[in-house]
Amino acid sequence: MNKPVDAAWKQLRDGCAAAPQDAWIRVGMDSGGIAAGAERLFERLAREVAAAGHAVPVRRVGSRGYAFADPLVEVKSAGNPPVLYGRVDDETASAIVSEHLGKGRLLDGHILGSRRRAVRIDGPVSAILVRDSSLQGGDKTEFFRASFEAELKEHGFLETVQVVGALDLGLYDEGLVVRLLPSGVTYTNVLSRDISRIVAESVAKQTVLDHLLWSRPDPQVRVVLRNCGIIDPESIDDAIRHGAYEALAGALAGRTPEQVIETVKTSGLRGRGGAGYPTGLKWELTREPAADRKYVICNADEGDPGAFMDRSVLEGDPHAVFEGLMLAAYAIGAAKGYFYIRAEYPLAVKRVSLAIQQARERGLLGDDILGSGWSFDAAIRLGAGAFVCGEETALIASIEGRRGSPEPRPPYPSVHGLFGKPTCINNVETLAAVPWIIAAGGETYAALGSGKSRGTKVFAVTGKVRHAQLVEVPMGTSVREIIFGICGGVQDEVPIKGVQTGGPSGGIIPEKHLDTPITYENLLELGSIMGSGGMLVMNENDCMVDVAAFYLKFCVDESCGKCAPCRVGGYQLLQLLLKISKGKGRPEDLAQIRRICRTMQCASLCGLGQTAANPVLSSLRFFEEEYLAYIEGGIPYARKLKKAMEEGRNLKDAV
Amino acid sequence: MNAAVLPPSLKELDPEVREEIDDCVERWSDQEGNLIMILHEIQNHHGYVPRGASLLLAEKTGVPLARIYEVLTFYHYFRLVPQGEHNITVCNGTACYLKGSARLLAELEERLGIKEGQTTEDRLFHLETVRCIGCCGMAPAMVVDRKTIGRAAPADIAGIIGEIRNRVENREESHEQAS
Repeated sequence: MNKPVDAAWKQLRDGCAAAPQDAWIRVGMDSGGIAAGAERLFERLAREVAAAGHAVPVRRVGSRGYAFADPLVEVKSAGNPPVLYGRVDDETASAIVSEHLGKGRLLDGHILGSRRRAVRIDGPVSAILVRDSSLQGGDKTEFFRASFEAELKEHGFLETVQVVGALDLGLYDEGLVVRLLPSGVTYTNVLSRDISRIVAESVAKQTVLDHLLWSRPDPQVRVVLRNCGIIDPESIDDAIRHGAYEALAGALAGRTPEQVIETVKTSGLRGRGGAGYPTGLKWELTREPAADRKYVICNADEGDPGAFMDRSVLEGDPHAVFEGLMLAAYAIGAAKGYFYIRAEYPLAVKRVSLAIQQARERGLLGDDILGSGWSFDAAIRLGAGAFVCGEETALIASIEGRRGSPEPRPPYPSVHGLFGKPTCINNVETLAAVPWIIAAGGETYAALGSGKSRGTKVFAVTGKVRHAQLVEVPMGTSVREIIFGICGGVQDEVPIKGVQTGGPSGGIIPEKHLDTPITYENLLELGSIMGSGGMLVMNENDCMVDVAAFYLKFCVDESCGKCAPCRVGGYQLLQLLLKISKGKGRPEDLAQIRRICRTMQCASLCGLGQTAANPVLSSLRFFEEEYLAYIEGGIPYARKLKKAMEEGRNLKDAV
Repeated sequence: MNAAVLPPSLKELDPEVREEIDDCVERWSDQEGNLIMILHEIQNHHGYVPRGASLLLAEKTGVPLARIYEVLTFYHYFRLVPQGEHNITVCNGTACYLKGSARLLAELEERLGIKEGQTTEDRLFHLETVRCIGCCGMAPAMVVDRKTIGRAAPADIAGIIGEIRNRVENREESHEQAS
């Protein structure tokens, strides 16, 4: 144990300490929240809280992941558990100050249930949240709310117990869901006749009704998103109060780089950018070669259309990523690190710059960090809108100030990388998990997950899903659990056709395979890839030929043009797809498509070209009948389908 | 490319721009691989990378002009011509695409009378698409003058354009009154 480092860290940490606050307001100000008006709400809340004379700080935080309910505001009043409100407008913001803070009354129709599960009621019930979670039929929330009120009135509880209709309680297809506050005890499939028992037993005597109790554990585990939506991403002090840099200080004080690598190896962490290369091994390979300089790079060039995990993490908890980058640098012996961030993410760039600047001010960056003798510096380099720059060698070329053309490997960047020196490149999510792993131990992380895929994975679930959001689940969770269990199933009751993972490099998982546990291996077997974590839900109204062409067009546009299989193959493939979708295809075209796809997979230079055909092959594998329908139906069929797509109508009815 | 936006030669370059680029090159001089970052700064300032700036940059850094243009034309983010006064960007990420970004774009193209990637004749509006702005939770999304609009519908377009036009007209009227 290096005592001076330990002492320096304790001094720094204690300097950030603040008296715990029993009341606060947090406004979710990530790009999504801001697009929904969070900045205006922030100002309004600050103004009205001050005007009403409440000593309640209003804070800026990142996203909690509930993208469907942006903007989000979380309110904690003295002595009560925090309450999260979604779809907050100006009127609701004013009511938060006047009703919630002023009178202790919760607001109807905006509460998002916390994911906490409880099995005991410890004190008097203060509020009952109700929500009709049925996926079909009318919403009976209001009916049940009124029934509860009537029952409470009869027993004389109406003065002390408030009944509130919630926006969402995180449970679906479980009939009426009732949650008692402050304990969080949750009842599901509650019927009218249960109401009197709930009031007589749970409210009056604080007894839990076991036959109604929801006791299944939460499918979500927050490792990477541990502090998103909780800390102020623009304040390093707040981050340190929530445990940031603890793992780094611990490593500098008492662990050798080899021990850090060993812990990451034990954890089984694999690259979260998509390819799934073991992170510990990558670090070891970069540590081995002797060199005067080495580099670490955080790949934050999240180019997958339809994915926003990395953006949310960078905007919500840049310190986790930065600490991960520093631990990687310490482990491999690098003195300089780069964040390679998309220029299209200005808020993420701003928050990472602030994190770097504040870390420097606190002595966590620069020479002789915390008196350990170890020095490290970091800087930001902006991407400029080139998907291929997610590929390691192209990314390196871009940081060097050149056009982002991939180079053949080997030599791998671990030997010959940035400026010709050994370089380790890790994705945002991978790095954000590292401090947690170092702090909690490799075994704790490895205890989560399935097979060779350990730990958790963040997914951005979007498309035709009821509640588009960010979820973090242990590896091995099924796609169905994520879509139906966490995100509430499909939108507008249109049946699901498939779920696309891995963006333009991935494939489509058809409905019949939704129960497959998500691991790197299983997804490969289904002709898709883990990718960075975009999960797009497609329903019966989406045409798979059209979707395949959409992804392929993206890759054709983004092809750097260096090698022929990708440049020429992609173009020819796209022409064939467009021909088919105009109704001019011929049966032999499908064989030709398959041939080109195989050539691209085998002969392309980099990952972009090798995977560009995946969406086409995958749609052809599971939805060949849609291609055949185009070929058989000819031009009239194609016209009808195109019109239906433009109007967003049901495709089956259209033809 | 519009010939009018090309400065005839390096000599006629605005001294202010010259100074600013000197400054920028100076600041980045000790950083390896600084070219893209310098270009970002120039674009941030001007809204595009003027040819004169690239000429000067080539002279100052010793990077051949062809290399600079290789980078400028490879990356989608860099622009070689100025945009309109008001920029409208439609997100064409997958989530937005599935939820009808094509209909948004079609409506914009019709209302503005230009195609994607073009600027209106009066240089008031510039219309383009972007890969993904990461606001997939509120698809379809568009960005109007750096402000993101989520869950946009074709029916909103007329109002958005009309509002900008009104603002510009009011501004011009008050200018006239003032003078």
